[in-house]
Amino acid sequence: METLLEIEELACGYGAEPVVDGLNLHLHEGGIGCLLGPSGCGKTTVLRAIAGLEPLRGGRIALEGRTLASAADGLPPDRRRVGLVFQDYALFPHLTAAENVAFGLKGLPRRARRDNAAGLLDLVGLAGLGERYPHELSGGQQQRVAVARALAPAPRLLLLDEPFSNLDVELRERLGQDIRTALKSRGIAALFVTHDQQEAFLLGERVGVMHRGRLLQWDTPYQLYHEPADRFVADFIGEGRFLAGRLRAPDVVETELGAIRGNVAYAWPRGARVELLLRPDDLVPDPESPVRGMVTARAFRGAETLYSLRLPSGTELLMLAPSRQDFAVGATVGLRAVVDHFIAFRDAG
Amino acid sequence: MNSALPPPGDIESGPDAGTFRLTGAWTTAHLERLRLRLERSPWPAAGAVRLQAGALEALDTGGAWLLQGLLGELRGRGLQPRLDGLRGEFTALLELVRERLGESVPAAPPPREGTLAWLGREAWRRAEEGLALLAFFGETVVALGRNLLHPGRIRRHALLESLQSAGVNALPILALLSFLIGVVIAYQGGVQLKTYGANIFIVELVTITMLRELAPLMAAIIVAGRTGSAFTAQIGTMQVTEEIDALRTIGIAPMDLLVLPKLFGLVLALPLLTVFADAFGVLGGMTMATLMLDVSFGDFLDRVPQAVSATSFLIGVGKAPVFAAIIALVGCYQGFRVSGGADSVGRQTTKSVVQSIFLVIIADAVFSILYSWLGI
Repeated sequence: METLLEIEELACGYGAEPVVDGLNLHLHEGGIGCLLGPSGCGKTTVLRAIAGLEPLRGGRIALEGRTLASAADGLPPDRRRVGLVFQDYALFPHLTAAENVAFGLKGLPRRARRDNAAGLLDLVGLAGLGERYPHELSGGQQQRVAVARALAPAPRLLLLDEPFSNLDVELRERLGQDIRTALKSRGIAALFVTHDQQEAFLLGERVGVMHRGRLLQWDTPYQLYHEPADRFVADFIGEGRFLAGRLRAPDVVETELGAIRGNVAYAWPRGARVELLLRPDDLVPDPESPVRGMVTARAFRGAETLYSLRLPSGTELLMLAPSRQDFAVGATVGLRAVVDHFIAFRDAG
Repeated sequence: MNSALPPPGDIESGPDAGTFRLTGAWTTAHLERLRLRLERSPWPAAGAVRLQAGALEALDTGGAWLLQGLLGELRGRGLQPRLDGLRGEFTALLELVRERLGESVPAAPPPREGTLAWLGREAWRRAEEGLALLAFFGETVVALGRNLLHPGRIRRHALLESLQSAGVNALPILALLSFLIGVVIAYQGGVQLKTYGANIFIVELVTITMLRELAPLMAAIIVAGRTGSAFTAQIGTMQVTEEIDALRTIGIAPMDLLVLPKLFGLVLALPLLTVFADAFGVLGGMTMATLMLDVSFGDFLDRVPQAVSATSFLIGVGKAPVFAAIIALVGCYQGFRVSGGADSVGRQTTKSVVQSIFLVIIADAVFSILYSWLGI
């Protein structure tokens, strides 16, 4: 598939402070990408730079091979063929939903504008609500109006800033599906940012994890979870704890839980100090095991219970166990590691 | 006097096993080299280590810190290091460093800024703000030119709206205040005039002060307080809710939609408001003249054409568009300066009112100088 959006070595900043640095990213046509990261990591700045609301310090942004912005200059926002949906929707309060959408349709006769706006409202599932004012709509409906308004000038790429942060979980999933359908039906690519990994995995076909202005990994959700390329990614995505150990053989790590053999070989010297990522489902209770941990906290999740365990050395681990086997807080549990995806990072210390 | 500098510090493994000689200057300048030399020295696996420091020529805090660290490291490996032949003053320094090794020194508080530095920074900030206002003024002129070339692009609806809110809605308050100002001038002046029996000169006093100075100024101050602040608040709120950015992304220039209609509206409204204020100010003066000075409405109005020329009236009305432009530009500019949250809207609104009244009075003073220079 053709590459739609290309970002090369993007750098942005406020004052002396660099906010985004050396960011590279490619998005293919019709794809849905997501930038995921803790607040303040620079992800919204990336969106604003693509939309043309933030000047670049360095690098280049191109859409369909056409340069949108570089450090020297940039196209004005409305000539970029990029739509932006704001976090708080930024609807015009004194205009109805249909007028809000039609606002972005310039140079059309009145009749065509009205029909076009009605069509867009229909696309986002708001048929018949065009005469309502924003304050007469629920949060989810306002978000739909905002999406319709951004789609009005027929952009090639839609940018969404924390699109679901103000909505409850159930609404989030429905709206996510509806937006995906609307985008796919028009062949529009999208890039959205969020701090919530559930949202990122809900919509994102490719997800990038950002930390302190850098893009650490740009990959499919599966790869991010099972093969994180960076310690921060491993820690940030999914649940999990790190267990210290030493590399005994390229694919064996000697830890408190005994020797753990994995499916990946590492080229570090033997005896190197490593940290092994253990997901909650990598640990199973085993009454026979000599290694025991004490339950310090538990969270009931229906079919399963998530336990926090403390090993004799003081290391904290997480274990997901069927809730039929019930362990109380303070109980000691025998543990065994069953690691399918072997993820280790070399200890810097 | 021996002026030769000691050679850089070094460590050599001595004649016997486990013996090392420390030589040269163990000073901060040579720390990196020394650290490397220490790393590569053939330390024994176990037993005693003798460090002979007789040939050590110089030692400073950095060197002492390195040496102390070396002793600690060797002890940590299970060796028994011994330091021999160190000069008395070096031993004292080494002891001092050992005692203070664990201490962390709190970072010194940043030095208090002097008045001069503060003055400089404030002046710089003001200058920058002035430049930014000027840049905004320039942008507006460019947008103005664009709009005048294509009059179809002028937003009529927004223009009428700003005429209504800035002009029509301001009439009652402006009428009342102008009337009261007319009363006050007539009263204060009348007391003096009565002493000399020059009651009829109240006409000159009231009409000239109102028409030339006070009516345009009153109208400008009321509009700055009512409308300039509303401009800032409106644009500022749109800035906070990202509506301004939304406008940009869908290709509507905020200048065209938000600034120019306000500017046009105010430039049209303020001269009209000034005429209105003229009328009510004179009415106030007239009322006072009748009650206190026995100058009837008829006598007052008869004298007005002799007392005041049309030039005075035009001078007053002519200032109004300039005041209007100042108020509209400052109000809009401060609105665009809003960043962050709602508290910033309040801050910029206050700034907008203070700044526009300040600039209006400056402009008024400039007009006075200009007129006296031109002799009108």
